[in-house]
Amino acid sequence: MGTDALRMRGITKRFGRIPANDAVDFTVAKGEIHCLLGENGAGKTTLMKVLFGLHKKDAGEILLDGRPVEISSPGDAIAGGIGMVHQHFMLVGRLTVTENIIAGREPRSGFLLDYRRAREMVREISGRYGLKVDPDARVEEISVGQQQRVEILKALLREAELLIFDEPTAVLTPPEVQELFGVMRRLKASGKTMIFITHKLKETMEISDRVTILRDGRKVATVETARTTPARLAEMMVGREVELRVARPEVTRGERILALKDLRVKGADGRYRLNGVNLEIHRGEILGIAGVEGNGQLELEEVVAGLLKPAQGRVWLGAEEITALDPGAIRARGVAYIPSDRLRRGLIGSFSAARNLILGSQRGRAFAPGGILRHRRIEEEARRLVADFDIRAASVHEPAAALSGGNQQKVVIARELSRRPELVVAAQPTRGVDVGAVEYIHRQLLKMRGEGKGVLLISAELDELRALSDRIAVLYEGRIVAEGPSGGFTEQELGLLMAGEGK
Amino acid sequence: MSGKKLFIDFAYSLGAVFFALLLGGVLIHLSGYDVREAYLSFFDGAFGNVYNLANTLMMTIPLIFTGLAVAVGFQAGLFNVGGEGQLYLGALASALAALFVRGLPPVLHIALALAAGALAGGLWALVPGYLKARTGAHEVITTIMFNYVGILLVAFLVKEYFKEPGRADQTSMIPASARIPELIPDSRLTWALFLGMLAILAVDYLLKNTSLGYEIQAVGQNLPAAEYAGIDARARMTVSMLLSGMIAGLAGSTMVLGVLHRFINNFSPGYGYTGIAVAVLARNKPWGILPAALLFGALQSGGMSMQLFARIPMDLMTLVQGLVILLVAAPALLEILAASRRRPKEVTPDGRDPDGHLQHQ
Repeated sequence: MGTDALRMRGITKRFGRIPANDAVDFTVAKGEIHCLLGENGAGKTTLMKVLFGLHKKDAGEILLDGRPVEISSPGDAIAGGIGMVHQHFMLVGRLTVTENIIAGREPRSGFLLDYRRAREMVREISGRYGLKVDPDARVEEISVGQQQRVEILKALLREAELLIFDEPTAVLTPPEVQELFGVMRRLKASGKTMIFITHKLKETMEISDRVTILRDGRKVATVETARTTPARLAEMMVGREVELRVARPEVTRGERILALKDLRVKGADGRYRLNGVNLEIHRGEILGIAGVEGNGQLELEEVVAGLLKPAQGRVWLGAEEITALDPGAIRARGVAYIPSDRLRRGLIGSFSAARNLILGSQRGRAFAPGGILRHRRIEEEARRLVADFDIRAASVHEPAAALSGGNQQKVVIARELSRRPELVVAAQPTRGVDVGAVEYIHRQLLKMRGEGKGVLLISAELDELRALSDRIAVLYEGRIVAEGPSGGFTEQELGLLMAGEGK
Repeated sequence: MSGKKLFIDFAYSLGAVFFALLLGGVLIHLSGYDVREAYLSFFDGAFGNVYNLANTLMMTIPLIFTGLAVAVGFQAGLFNVGGEGQLYLGALASALAALFVRGLPPVLHIALALAAGALAGGLWALVPGYLKARTGAHEVITTIMFNYVGILLVAFLVKEYFKEPGRADQTSMIPASARIPELIPDSRLTWALFLGMLAILAVDYLLKNTSLGYEIQAVGQNLPAAEYAGIDARARMTVSMLLSGMIAGLAGSTMVLGVLHRFINNFSPGYGYTGIAVAVLARNKPWGILPAALLFGALQSGGMSMQLFARIPMDLMTLVQGLVILLVAAPALLEILAASRRRPKEVTPDGRDPDGHLQHQ
């Protein structure tokens, strides 16, 4: 493959005393797609920010095409032929696609921007790499997938030879992910080198030539993708063996536990966010709700929990109608709720882990008979849950905000599942959670199912939905556009349905 | 709340006070006065002998109540700026209960007058609290407005109905049975000091050990999470405003029953407003109120004697008060600025930063 496009040697970057990168070696060959794989906090983004001049390294050296370079600003990086496609796009919504792409490299005629030539430049470069965009559309009016293309074109126009993609699939629908991979393959064919930051194993296996795994700021290994397996990658990422797919034993389906009848919920703008949803969940069953975020998932979880009142329709828990009940009353009737926005809804960051573990039970005989909190009981319960649910905290008095994302989620899950619920509403339960914790959360949800509870699982992860759900319903623009046994959908079908292009 | 953070907060407030005194010294020097003489007469006036100390503590008492009142509201996320109005309502109610209920033994008479003051102050805060909970009317605006209404209403009532014959707009003296006894003979320091500590103790207990306190703090810290937990946020807001107003009302009661022994129009030099400063310095911690109130009481009484004996204008001590607030509040401002400039760190797959806020669009 000739010389390496990039060599990073002994890169160390500390934030305070803690090294985010500890003597990391990272080599990318010319013309390859190289995955940088690791859990949240493993140091992937830090390493790339050092490369792009956004962080100053404490030690180590960087070689581009064999030549040592000093990169102290993004300007240096761009001059060296490095382009970065940020996860949070650096675009101006009010400007057109053309204006965004050429910003900083405007062709001029006199003092004025030569818009016609600018548009030609954009046409030329988007044609060359097969990245279709409408040069005159305003960025705020195009889809997220297209905005990402604008970002890529920006980098290409600046003659980037080495492109860094920072978790590019996080914001995309499954069909958009496939389109992005198509673009990446075309870029590779035209000789570009790419670094793909991710923590998703499947995408790594699909798109990359080689993989470098980081864990706790150190490099674990660099392997050829063709010679490894997802299980092996997961093990290197987490540092122990991980079961990627937990087994789903047969459970007999019991009586109906939740029924939604013709549910309609209006948003602030007067449009229906849920538009006639009918669903049923039985005991011993996990119903998965597939869909791209913003298609009514948030409204669905909040209506069942009682936080949002429907404009029309009814909600039944077992034989009792709960449509008009407040969240406290619904909770008391055995509905556990793992909210999708755990920090906004599920936790009080400044409260200790122990106090968070009784949120919702702060009144009542268990922890506060007569309205007086029994600290010893609360602490005992907290210690029990911390042990049972493997929550990593320095102590139960640590504020919830100080815990890692995975452990915060475990606090919510421990609290909700330990209350012996009849129905579990789990919204995006594994979002932002490390691979090891994902396995654990999946086991817990299946355990609830095995105990004859009903589970409403709302998730954007198709793998998760397909592995856990007995049935899947696809939510698109506030309607259920398809529903059936989870085995009856292929991943492609689900992806198309989520994008509104189904049967 | 961890002990370490508590200690850091305390050290920070202490440092702020120290720097404020230092800067104040510079300003005193620049104004052409002798800094040594100024501070000597200041400390002597505040703590120099039993009488001066008693005087300082006497000025501390209303600030304990008004500071605690602000802190209690803040626990539910409400900024009660209406302490001054609530204080006047409480003061008049206590004076009337003391004047018009006769034949009670001393302890009962005092208790009744205190209860009347707390009730009046509480009701005066309840209205803005209720408006906030029901309609979202901002409590800062409504409580400020209620200050004007309350102070003028009380002045009107006194002038029109309860005025003692004579030139001053004041009621007649309250009977001895309703006067809070002196702690040190021949001083104006009364047992009300312990009443203030009792109030702190009660608030601290409420917040740490009761379901109600838990819920009030949940509402103040994270309203969506409180709703999630089934807490009636409106009711908790209303209750905490009621409590806050009751405590502010007691500030007026203790002045009337302990110091003035009658109601006098415009008797307060702004205890209600200084209470906000006290709460800021105490970082809204109940036990922090005590030293913070003591500091402001000392600045008040020490400043007076500085003016009297060293002929240095008391305004310079008011300036030091302002500097303390500035230095305590400034780091909070810096934190907010730093947080808004902080770059997103490692991000979860759906585009949220580690605090769970949506980053993209």
